[in-house]
Amino acid sequence: MAVTAPGSTLIAGEQTTAVGSARLRRQRYPRAEKPALARRPFKKWWRETGWRHLVGAGVVVFSVFPLVYVLSASLNPGGTLISANSLFSRVSLGSYVELFNRPQQPYAAWFLNTLFIGLTASAGSVLLGALAAYAFSRMRFTGRRVGLITLVLVQMFPQLLAMVAIFLLMMGISEVFPAIGLNSQIGLIMVYLGGALGVNTYLMYGFFNTVPTSIDEAAHIDGAGHARIFFTIILPLVSPILAVVALLSLVASLSEFVIASVLLRDPERQTLAVGLFQFISQETSQNWSVFAAGAVLAAVIPVALFLLLQRYIVSGLTAGSVK
Amino acid sequence: MAGETTSGRPKQRAAARRMTRRQKQASTLIDATSSGWKLMLFKIVVLGLLCATAVYAALVLFMNQRWLVGSLVIVGAAGLTWIYLKRGALPAKYLAPGLVFLLIFQIFVVLYSGYVAFTNYGTGHNSTKDHAIQAIMLQAQERVPDSPTYEVSVLEDSGELLSTDELYLAIVAGDGEVLIGSEDEPLEPSSAATVQDGRVVAAEGYDVLEFNELLNRQTEITDLSVAMSEDPNAGYLRTQDGRRAYVYTSRYIYDEMADTMTSSETGTVYSDTGEGAFVADDGEQLLPGWRINVGLDNFVNAVTEDSIRGPLIYVTLWTFAFAFLSVATTFALGLFLAVVFNDKRMTSRKYYRLVMILPYAFPGFLSALVWAGMMNQEFGFLNNVLFGGASIPWLTDPWLAKVSILIVNLWLGFPYMFLVCTGALQSIPEELTEAAQVDGAKAFQAFRSIKLPLLLTALAPLLISSFAFNFNNFNLVYMLTGGGPRDVSAGVSVGSTDILISMVYKVAFVGAQADYGLASAFSILIFIIVGTISVLAFRKTKALEELN
Repeated sequence: MAVTAPGSTLIAGEQTTAVGSARLRRQRYPRAEKPALARRPFKKWWRETGWRHLVGAGVVVFSVFPLVYVLSASLNPGGTLISANSLFSRVSLGSYVELFNRPQQPYAAWFLNTLFIGLTASAGSVLLGALAAYAFSRMRFTGRRVGLITLVLVQMFPQLLAMVAIFLLMMGISEVFPAIGLNSQIGLIMVYLGGALGVNTYLMYGFFNTVPTSIDEAAHIDGAGHARIFFTIILPLVSPILAVVALLSLVASLSEFVIASVLLRDPERQTLAVGLFQFISQETSQNWSVFAAGAVLAAVIPVALFLLLQRYIVSGLTAGSVK
Repeated sequence: MAGETTSGRPKQRAAARRMTRRQKQASTLIDATSSGWKLMLFKIVVLGLLCATAVYAALVLFMNQRWLVGSLVIVGAAGLTWIYLKRGALPAKYLAPGLVFLLIFQIFVVLYSGYVAFTNYGTGHNSTKDHAIQAIMLQAQERVPDSPTYEVSVLEDSGELLSTDELYLAIVAGDGEVLIGSEDEPLEPSSAATVQDGRVVAAEGYDVLEFNELLNRQTEITDLSVAMSEDPNAGYLRTQDGRRAYVYTSRYIYDEMADTMTSSETGTVYSDTGEGAFVADDGEQLLPGWRINVGLDNFVNAVTEDSIRGPLIYVTLWTFAFAFLSVATTFALGLFLAVVFNDKRMTSRKYYRLVMILPYAFPGFLSALVWAGMMNQEFGFLNNVLFGGASIPWLTDPWLAKVSILIVNLWLGFPYMFLVCTGALQSIPEELTEAAQVDGAKAFQAFRSIKLPLLLTALAPLLISSFAFNFNNFNLVYMLTGGGPRDVSAGVSVGSTDILISMVYKVAFVGAQADYGLASAFSILIFIIVGTISVLAFRKTKALEELN
């Protein structure tokens, strides 16, 4: 297979072969229609896809360089902000070790707290959202339309708008029940669950509607009750949206700063967002590499999940938009 | 099978849609019989736990004299039990769990914000008047000269269940009567107590703290002060060691009839003028004060007081500009990239997409912190490496900081826009463009007048919610610039990149002076703005009308 144009190797070797293989496939179509396609001169290649790779290269640099920077900074033990500028001058895992040996900043505790809060809140959100979406999608009752409209409107008011009231409410609760009030993770999870219905139900509702009701009816005739239909038939069918909602609420609670910082006072009980922010504001540039190591570790789980569930997320996002 | 037979005959199908009484009965029968005993058992166990918790919570609440909340807990639990034990009411069964949380932590807190906005709640004004009087009396206490020494015992509630950590002091009065009191309740006579050598050694309903317990809870004990009687001027009983107690009085004297505080040292009279604190004639306030309803004062102050009005207007304008520009820039870049990569001839586009998802996948607050480091004026990567040692004040110049925020938000937000634009582009049939090209339209022309309008209609609801999200994009602003550089002339702590929500946070939680009332008033302002925008926008896009 001859390379289409000699100049195209300038961009990148890989990409040229990619273009080449695309041409291979296209050759199956009748050639007589477009004889020019068989051999594309560089100009034509450049006009059709070449410039797109140039744009792509620019975007890749823009997207990746902060991430490369933080990775390099994390591998530079004892590094300050200024020494992080020479990328990958030293490579060692020292900062990662130090990260777990700082009594003032209990990183391991933050990490576990974040995981616990995030997983519990996201599991709860999925369950509550799915239950409500099932009711809205499959049942007809008075107030259904009003309920749906209310949920769409509630979605526009994030909980953090009421942070003062949430703080005062939790302060009131902790006067009587300290275990679920201020400085308690259970309390924080309850607050997050309060936002679950508003954010997720509408997205799930749309997806539930795509599952044909005849499936429910068939199961009903076979003698399945509503609970069984919901748990054993509908839930497996809507699992893509469950995954999307679970991931989005996990990431949301992982990045949530305002309410967590207001409610959790004890360093041992804080989450990564609160802890790392305080870490950085206490010792701005001296321990930059330790912070960078903390940031990289904190990002591993969400980034991995995003890449794994990429297809679901993209379809979930676009389903929300196109419908 | 049933579907097959009816589908061909429209008449029968219409009849089948109307559920007859018999069918309804059959349906409930199915539900009743298929649920099985395991489900029933599960239901009973869960409801039992719920009721037990509710009764316990209500008892604790009643013990703390919170009658209204306690009753609400009981009513709520009874309502839930009724919903789940009743046959039918299916929608309620599925909606109830989410609704409970939604009502408390989303709807109630909004209403509560509305209430707090009309109070002076904040540092120095966070309790009732009685508590404020008590707190003032407790300040600057002195031992009453030549007052008797009491042999004191420290007590706590006996019993495991429903007991609090509260401590009590017990003394034997001059006439041999045993008096017991706590922080919240003044000394009162108690009959069922055993006295030995002038000291209480046992009392019904209480446990006497042993010596090692006294040591363990030393700070609690030294902080404890028990009023001698209902009259706060009578002084307070305090103990240093848990063995001997003395009577202390404050240098302020409270006159209940005139409702004034008089300083015994200077003779200044502080009176309650309705401002939520005792105020002297020269305007000096005696803090702590207490929480009162101030009506529209917070709103009026925000509009009339120059030191608040100026920053508020500035911040509001910037919030709008920031939200609009964020959506515009991210959408423009996302759309451009979506168009560029939406070409089937480009087989490598999935790799580009993978890389472009990375900024979206990286947690937002971390991105902002990392960018804050890179944009540092002295040591940052941008100035030192990319701009060759320049000293560009990325985050410290009022205008450049705004630009920096937009740049970072572009980095954070363009992948999302790219993904949704790609999805929307791919759902527009290719035939439309082809038809236009057959009619002689250039590629760009065809895109502009055919695809773009379709795309905008499809994406409008998403752009609106993106606007709403950025309107409250607290994390980015607070983590990147902290709202700074600070505007020193402002009466509240704000900076030139603060948006409304970060201003609320700063007024309520940052710094020594918290003003929950003013912060709530600002929140209400945001509620009104966001609400108006979303109602207008949804009316325009008709997104709500599609609901059926």
